[in-house]
Amino acid sequence: MADKVLMKGNEAIAEAAILAGCRHYFGYPITPQTEVAAYMAKRMPKIGGTFLQAESEIAAINMVYGVASAGYRVMTSSSSPGISLKGEGLSYLAGADLPALVVNVQRGGPGLGGIQPSQSDYFQATRGGGHGDYHMIVLAPASVQEMAELTVKGFELADKYRMTSMILADGTMGQMMEPVALDLDIKPAPEKPWATRGTGMKRPHNIINSLSLVPEELEQLNLERYERYHIVEENETRFEEYMMDDAEICIAAFGIAARVSKNAINAARKEGIKVGMIRPITLWPFPKAPFLKATEHVKTFISVELSMGQMIEDVRLATECRAPVLLCNRVGGMIPSPDQVLDSIRKASKNGGND
Amino acid sequence: MAKLTFKTDNCKGCGLCVDACPKHLLRIAPDKINKKGHHPAEITDPDACVGCAFCATMCPDCIIKVER
Amino acid sequence: MVVFDKPHALTDVPMHYCPGCTHGIVHRLVAEVIDELSIEGKTIGIAPVGCSVMAYNYFNCDMIEAAHGRAPAVATGVKRADPENHIVFTYQGDGDLASIGMAETVHAAARNENITIIFINNAIYGMTGGQMAPTSLPGQVTQTSPYGRDPKLCGYPIRVCEMLSELEGPEYLERVTVNNVKNVKNAKKAIKKAFQNQIDGKGFSLVEVISACPTNWGMTPQAALKWIDDKMIPYYPLGVYKDRSAKEAE
Repeated sequence: MADKVLMKGNEAIAEAAILAGCRHYFGYPITPQTEVAAYMAKRMPKIGGTFLQAESEIAAINMVYGVASAGYRVMTSSSSPGISLKGEGLSYLAGADLPALVVNVQRGGPGLGGIQPSQSDYFQATRGGGHGDYHMIVLAPASVQEMAELTVKGFELADKYRMTSMILADGTMGQMMEPVALDLDIKPAPEKPWATRGTGMKRPHNIINSLSLVPEELEQLNLERYERYHIVEENETRFEEYMMDDAEICIAAFGIAARVSKNAINAARKEGIKVGMIRPITLWPFPKAPFLKATEHVKTFISVELSMGQMIEDVRLATECRAPVLLCNRVGGMIPSPDQVLDSIRKASKNGGND
Repeated sequence: MAKLTFKTDNCKGCGLCVDACPKHLLRIAPDKINKKGHHPAEITDPDACVGCAFCATMCPDCIIKVER
Repeated sequence: MVVFDKPHALTDVPMHYCPGCTHGIVHRLVAEVIDELSIEGKTIGIAPVGCSVMAYNYFNCDMIEAAHGRAPAVATGVKRADPENHIVFTYQGDGDLASIGMAETVHAAARNENITIIFINNAIYGMTGGQMAPTSLPGQVTQTSPYGRDPKLCGYPIRVCEMLSELEGPEYLERVTVNNVKNVKNAKKAIKKAFQNQIDGKGFSLVEVISACPTNWGMTPQAALKWIDDKMIPYYPLGVYKDRSAKEAE
């Protein structure tokens, strides 16, 4: 067991990325993720890496596209409005099947919104965010330790499946300080024979491209991409179950909402209410199987979110409407309190979900 | 003695080579049509060509090889 | 003895450009320079969105297709991924470089990013069928300025070399054209210098090539080359707009 160091979530992401072999970071200042850029600005020049403050989020994601094309581990980070700007680049990365890591430390929206924590980019992250049919692997940490671990995992999965991995955190996770063990399980990047690093006059030229004007060919590319996505769904779905063995009420929550919910569950258990939680760690692929299985004994689901109810749609789909799914939420930068969640649990316990 | 070789099937018949030839030896063949459906460029008097490569310099499609 | 043939850095794929379009000439010049500098094996080209979107099919070096206007940002990434071993060029049109990608262009120049940009200015959006470009001339009739470009309504054309020359950053800016043999030779010299600068680590080098678009200008290829002399060059004078190393050597 390695010594632990006290770090902010945003710093843990940055350090883990460096440990994972990422030597190229491009970003643009936006609250509440600026610590990532600041950390990279300090560290990268000392280890022969690149830190570059781009002229915009759009430029930053396209610089990422360039490094990814050349086959190196690369990342950018931003917060909600900045991720919208990166939407174009995210679509092109998917269209060109390039691996990259993108961090979204979410803040309240829409528009300029606020600078306090939010989870209201769930749809944007899990449905792609840009145009066209595609997915990103979306990882939702619930501790500073997980910020580090999932960053490493994000690079690994991105390389393995030639996809973009997104760390979907929020302002609280980014700013929170906790002890972190940095003895992370790091797998080196695989060979990338498709990369554009120069032919060396030894092979035909490689082309990184998302243009395909023949409909039959573009259809085929989409079908093949979704076959790959299907493998990701089968192999890479991650979640944590908490007190689910006998649960009659199941909370669905990720990130900061899951931490709050855990407190509420502990309190409810003391009152004798059989409540547990399924915490998705991958938001895409969404852990459908444990939710469906839970319907065997769960009478009511509660989706606890910092949004107007986004993940709740996935919970409803996963549970195939076999039990009611309630929403317990705060928005605009507000976080549900343990008491609010506990109230929701009590109500569900009394009414079985019927208000 | 110079020699021009045309990749006739890649010619789009734009005629930029015709205007570039200082000795006016090229023309767009009125009686020929290539695979693309264009009247291709051709040389009318090969013996008079000095191999200056002006035609090839102005050709947007790189269809002219010049030997001297 | 062969005195002229297709350069090795060009593939055998026939180009899709319209008859008399000068994209083909500029492609060839870039390829000739890559051959002469023996850099094909370490060169990575970035294609834009626009008529030359499929440039990736025409060059034998590694190629990347970028989003509209983003080529300088993509090039920045590729170059910084391995500055010692990558020679990176972008090939962009006027809509791509001077409209949607203006921010990326200006900031790559301001950073003196060590890349080479070949900028095709033909005063029109070609691929989408001839709309007004940021470089369309006052009075120029296009699909989206059917009564002629009226500066009162849509502003004035942008002279990219002049504008960038005000920046401290860039190393080398030159405007050339390819409308006759002499100008083609000058254009090649400029393009070669723009690549050599990168090899020498001097930084941001942009060559603006005034080009012909006979199809969307509604002219014969011959008339289009003449229109460059008559209309384009008076508004976009040829010449070197910045050459820091040469100036410092004075």
